[in-house]
Amino acid sequence: MIRTLSAHLGKYGKYVLLCVMLMTGDVICTMLVPTLMGRIVDVGVAGRDMRYIERTGALMVLLSLTCIGLGAFNAKFSARAAQGFGANLRKALFDKIQSFSFSNIDHFSAPSLVTRLTSDVGQMQNTLLMCLRMLLRAPLMLVSATFFAVSINARLSLVLVVAIPLLVLGIALILRQAERLFTAMQARIDGLNGTVQENLIAIRVVKAFVREPYEKLKFQKSNDELTAAAIRAGNLISMVFPMMIFIMNGAMIAVIWLGGRMVHAGGMGTGQLLSYISYIMEILFSIIIFSMVFILFARAEACGKRIVEVLNTDIDIVDKEALPDPEKTPKVREGRIEFRDVDFKYGTGGGGKNVLSGINLTVEPGEFVAVVGGTGSGKTSLVNLIPRLYDVSGGRLLVDGVDVRDYRIEDLRAGIGMVLQKNVLFSGTIRENLLWGDGKAGGADVVEAARIAQADGFIRGFPDGYETVLGQGGVNVSGGQKQRLCIARAMLKKPAILILDDSTSAIDTATEARIRAEFTLKLKGTTVLMIAQRIGSVMDADRIVVLDDGQVAGVGTHAELLLNNAIYREICGSQQEGLTA
Amino acid sequence: MTAENRRAMPAPQGPRGGHGPRSFERPKNFKAGFSRLLKYLDRSKLLAALVIFLLLISTSAMLAGSYALKPLINKYIAPGDFRGLATALFVLGCIYLFGVLAAYLQSRLTIRLAQRTTNIIRRDLFDKMQGLPLRFFDTHTHGELMSRYTNDVDNVQLMFEQSLTQLISSGLTFAGSVAMMILLSPLLFVFTAAVLALMIFMSGKIGAKSRTYFQKQQALLGQLNGNIEEAIGGLKEVKVFNHEEAMKQKFSGINEEFRGAATKANFYAGVIMPIMGNLNNIVYAGTAVFGGMLTIAGRFDIGSLAAFLQYSRHIGMPINQITAQVNNILAAIAGAERVFDVMDREPEVDEGDVTLVAVKGDGAGGMTTLRPNETADLWFWNVPKNGAGDGAERIPLRGDVRFRDVDFSYDGKQPVLKDLSLHARPGHTIAFVGSTGAGKTTITNLLNRFYDIDSGAITYDGIDVRRIRKDDLRRSLGMVLQDTHLFTGTVMENIRYGRLDATDEECVDAAKAASADSFIKRLPEGYATVISGDGANLSQGQRQLLAIARAYTASPPVLILDEATSSIDTRTERHIARGMAALFEGRTAFVIAHRLSTVRRADAIAVLEHGEIIEFGDHASLLQAEGRYFRLCTGQTELD
Repeated sequence: MIRTLSAHLGKYGKYVLLCVMLMTGDVICTMLVPTLMGRIVDVGVAGRDMRYIERTGALMVLLSLTCIGLGAFNAKFSARAAQGFGANLRKALFDKIQSFSFSNIDHFSAPSLVTRLTSDVGQMQNTLLMCLRMLLRAPLMLVSATFFAVSINARLSLVLVVAIPLLVLGIALILRQAERLFTAMQARIDGLNGTVQENLIAIRVVKAFVREPYEKLKFQKSNDELTAAAIRAGNLISMVFPMMIFIMNGAMIAVIWLGGRMVHAGGMGTGQLLSYISYIMEILFSIIIFSMVFILFARAEACGKRIVEVLNTDIDIVDKEALPDPEKTPKVREGRIEFRDVDFKYGTGGGGKNVLSGINLTVEPGEFVAVVGGTGSGKTSLVNLIPRLYDVSGGRLLVDGVDVRDYRIEDLRAGIGMVLQKNVLFSGTIRENLLWGDGKAGGADVVEAARIAQADGFIRGFPDGYETVLGQGGVNVSGGQKQRLCIARAMLKKPAILILDDSTSAIDTATEARIRAEFTLKLKGTTVLMIAQRIGSVMDADRIVVLDDGQVAGVGTHAELLLNNAIYREICGSQQEGLTA
Repeated sequence: MTAENRRAMPAPQGPRGGHGPRSFERPKNFKAGFSRLLKYLDRSKLLAALVIFLLLISTSAMLAGSYALKPLINKYIAPGDFRGLATALFVLGCIYLFGVLAAYLQSRLTIRLAQRTTNIIRRDLFDKMQGLPLRFFDTHTHGELMSRYTNDVDNVQLMFEQSLTQLISSGLTFAGSVAMMILLSPLLFVFTAAVLALMIFMSGKIGAKSRTYFQKQQALLGQLNGNIEEAIGGLKEVKVFNHEEAMKQKFSGINEEFRGAATKANFYAGVIMPIMGNLNNIVYAGTAVFGGMLTIAGRFDIGSLAAFLQYSRHIGMPINQITAQVNNILAAIAGAERVFDVMDREPEVDEGDVTLVAVKGDGAGGMTTLRPNETADLWFWNVPKNGAGDGAERIPLRGDVRFRDVDFSYDGKQPVLKDLSLHARPGHTIAFVGSTGAGKTTITNLLNRFYDIDSGAITYDGIDVRRIRKDDLRRSLGMVLQDTHLFTGTVMENIRYGRLDATDEECVDAAKAASADSFIKRLPEGYATVISGDGANLSQGQRQLLAIARAYTASPPVLILDEATSSIDTRTERHIARGMAALFEGRTAFVIAHRLSTVRRADAIAVLEHGEIIEFGDHASLLQAEGRYFRLCTGQTELD
C-alpha cells in the first residue's frame, strides 16, 4: 500500500528528502544546546571564565537562529510535499474514476467515491504533513539524544535500560485496548448520526404519525450509548499521560540519585548532570511521539486502503487488446442492432439472478422501436448493453454486424446518443451543456437540436437565452425542461442510434408528440430505441417490444400486440381506464 | 520534567476530533454564548470545582518538581549529603506521585463531566428540534442541521473536555513559572521577559497571516469538493458522452489552484512552531549566559540557576497552548450559538384543547385503539365546554372536513391557495388533480396543520382545527406521502411504525392488504429483513407499498394519500386496488395523484390551478363538462 501511494509523490518527492535533511540538521543543532549549557555551568561558571560563557552563549543563540531557518524551510517544503502529494493523489483517483465502467461505479456508489476523493485524501495528506514536521523527528531525536547521553556518561544510561521498556510496554498495552474502544465509539457515533439523519429525512412521517416521543426515546438511547462508549474510551486515554509523566519523573529521580553521587565523587560536573537530565527527557519524549505514529498510521491505513482499492480496481469494460489503428477500427454508421441469445446479470460472480435471459431481437437501421414493461422487467438493462455501459453475460450483441466488444469504446459511444433515466446537467451555461453532444457544433446546429427537442422556445424565454447559467445538477429548470435539454444534448451528437430511457416522463403528451414528429421528419436514418411508461408515447412506433421478467414477451405493432399479447393489453387497460369509464 | 511537556504529547482526541487546522471562527456574542454554555455545568458544580482543584494540585506538583533542583544541588549534592539527598528525593517522588494521581483523576472526571454535558446538550437539541414546525425544516438543509450535531456539538465537547482545562492549567503553569523565576532571580527574569514579549508578538503576527490564507484555502476547498461531487454524481453521463478528458482537464485546473493556496496556508500554520520553539531556546541560552555571569559575580548559585533553566526551557509552551485553546473556545462558542439558535426557534403552536377518544364497540368509554378492520365510527372528539370546568361534550368523529375561504402562502408573499373553499363529506374520497405547484399537497398540509392558514377557516366535524390538539389531529389522519421514508430496522418494525402496539399478525394483515406481502416474503429474511439507509435496498414502488401497509396498521379515521402509488406500475396498482378499497371503506380520504386512472373512482374530483379549484365534480360529470379535466383525460394537455 505504501509503495502504491508513495509513487504518487512524483516531482514532490525531492521535498520529502529535503525535509528529512533539514530536520536532521535541526535535531542535531537542538541536541547540542543542553551540552553547551552544561559546559557553561561546568567550565564557565566553575572556572569563572566570563569569555567562555559569552562565546558559548553566542554559539547557542547562533544555533537557535539556524534552527529557525531550518524550521522555516522545513515548514515550506513539508507543506509543498504534503499538498503536492494530496493533489497528485486526487488527480490520480479522479482520472481513474473517470475511466470506471458503470458496474465499477455501482460497486463503489457515488457518495463513497466522493468520500474517498475528499476526506480520505485529506487524511493521507495530513498524515504526511505530520510525519514531515513532527513524527520523523522522533527517531532522529532518539538516536542523537542517546548518543549525547551515552557520551556524557555511559553508566548512568542504565536508567534508560529500565525506563524505555517500561514506557514502551505501557504504551503498547494501552494502545491495544484503545483500538477496540475507539472502534466501538466510532460505531456509536455512526449510530447517532444515522438516527438524526433518518429523523430529518422522514420528519413529515414522524409528525404525521405523531411519533416525536418515540423518536426522542430512540435518539436518547443512541445518545446514551455514545456517551457511555466515549467515557470508556476516555478513561483509558486518561491513563496515558499520568503514566508517561510518572515514568519520566521516576527516571529523573534515579538520574539525580545516581548522578549526584558521581558529581560529588568528581566523576561528573553539575552542568553535565543537568544536560544529562535534558537528554533523558528528550529520549523518553521521542518515544512518546513515536507512539503517535502508530495511532496516526492506524487511522491513515484505513483511508489508504480505501484509496488503493479505487486505484487498483480492475476496469471491467475496456478496449480489446490489439485493436488496429484508430482509422481502421469499425465505426457505427448504419445503426443496426442485433441481440443474439443475450443473457445479462449484474455483478460478475456466479450468483445472482439473470436480469435478461435469452434475448433475441434485431432492430433495423432507421427503425423506431419502443420498449415497454413493468418496473424491474429489464428495460433499462437492455438498452444499457448497446453502448457497452455493461457487457453481456452470455450471447452476443452486434451493432452494424460487429460485436460491440470489437469496437473502440469511444467510437461505439460516439455513434450512439443516449438520454439516461436520471437526467444530469452540469453547472455552466445551457449552451455549454448542449455542446457536450458535439464540442465543435456551431450556433445553428445547437438551435436546431434544441428545436427538435422542443427546447428552443423555453430557452429563448430565459432572459439570457442559451447563455443562461445552470446551477449544479441543473437545479433551476423544471423536470420537463431538463429532459428536453438532455434530449437536445443527445441530438447534437447526430448519432446513428438514439436511445431514450424513459426520458419523456415529465414532458406533456402534446409536446412529446411534437418531438416524435420531429424525429420522424429529421431523423429518417437514425435508429431510435425508446423506453416509455405511457402507451400513448409508443403507440405509433414501428415495433413495440414487451419485456416481462427479463424476457421478450412479445414484439409487434400496437394493433398486433393488443390482439395477441395479454401483458400489453393489461398495461393498456390500466392506463385507458380513465377514458373508458 | 515541567508541566508544559505533557501538552506537546498526543492530546486525547474528542470522540470525533480530527487532525488538521481548526477553523478560525468568531462567535457573535461571546459573553452570552459562553455563560449559557456554562449553565449546563450548573448541575455538576461540585464536579467542576473538584476538577479545578485537582488541576491546581497537579500543576503545583510539577512546578514544585522543577524548583526542587535548587535545594537538591545546593544542599545535598554539592556538600555530598547522600542521606539527605535520599530523603529529599523520596519526598520529591511523593510529590510527583501525588501530582500524577491528581492528573489522572482530573482527566477521568473531566471526561465524565464533558461527556455528560454534551449528552444533555444533544438531547435538548434533538427534543427541541422534534417540536419545531415544518417551515423550519423546509428552510434548512439536512446537511446544515446534521452539522449542528456533528461539528458544532463536537466543538463544544472539545471545549469542555480539553480547552477549558488546558487553558486553566496553561495559565497556572505560565503564572507559576513566572512567579518562580521572579522568586529565583528578578534580574534574570527581566531578560527572559523581553524575549517573551517578542514571542507573544510574533505568535500574533503569524497567526493573523495564517488566518487569511486559511480562509482562502477553505473557499477553494468548497469549489474543489463541489467539482468532485458533480463529476462523480454525473459520471454515467460523462461516459455516455465520451467526456472523460474534458472533466479531467477541468478538475486538474481547480486541483492545482487548491494545492497552491493550501501550501501557503500550511506553511504559515507550520512556521509558528519552529519560530516559537527556537526563540524559547534563545531565552534558555541567554538565561544560561546571564545566570552564569551572575553566579560568577556571586549574586546567584548553581542550584538556583539549574531550577531557573528548567522553568525557562519550556516557558513558550503555555503561550502556544493558550493561543490554540482560545481559538478552540471561540470556535466552540460559535458552534454553541448555532445550536442555541435551533433551540430558541419558536416551536409548533398548539393551543388546542379538543382531544381524540377511541372507544370499543360498546361505546361505553374504555379507551382502546382500534383493530385495522374495525370501522371508524367509534372515534370521538372530546370537546371541553366553553364555561369554566363544566365537563366536556363528545362529538363523534365522522370525517366531515370543510375549507372556508382559505388563503395561504409559504413565504408570506407568493399566495399558494387563494380563497379556497371545499367540502369533504364523511366517507367520501376526494381526489386532487393539477400541475406541480397548483396547491394539491398544500391543502393536505393545512388540514394536518403542518402549516397554518393565513385567513379563512378549516373545520373538522364542525370543530376549528386550531382547537384540536395537534397530536390528536394528526393521529386521526393517516398519511402516505410521495417520498416514502422508511427507518433502519426490520420490515416488520417499519410497518409497526403506524401503531406501536400492533401485533405481528396485524402487521402481516396490513402488508397483505397493501399487496406488499408477496414481495416481503421473497426478501432474504422475509419480515425480519433489515431495511437500511432509508430503504435503499428496496425499489421506490416496494417502499410505497410498505408505506401503505404502515398507514393501514395505523387505521386512522381519515386518510391522506399524496401520490402514494406514483411509483407503483399500473398493473400492480390494479392489484392493490382491492386492499385500498377496503381501506377507504367508510373513511374520508384525500387522494392526490398524477395518474388519472387512480383518481377516477373518487366521489369528487377537484381540479386545481394556481391555488384555485377550477373544476369540481365526479368523473362522469367532469368529462361531460368538457373542461380542463376532459382535456387532461384525452391527452390534449398534460400536467407538469
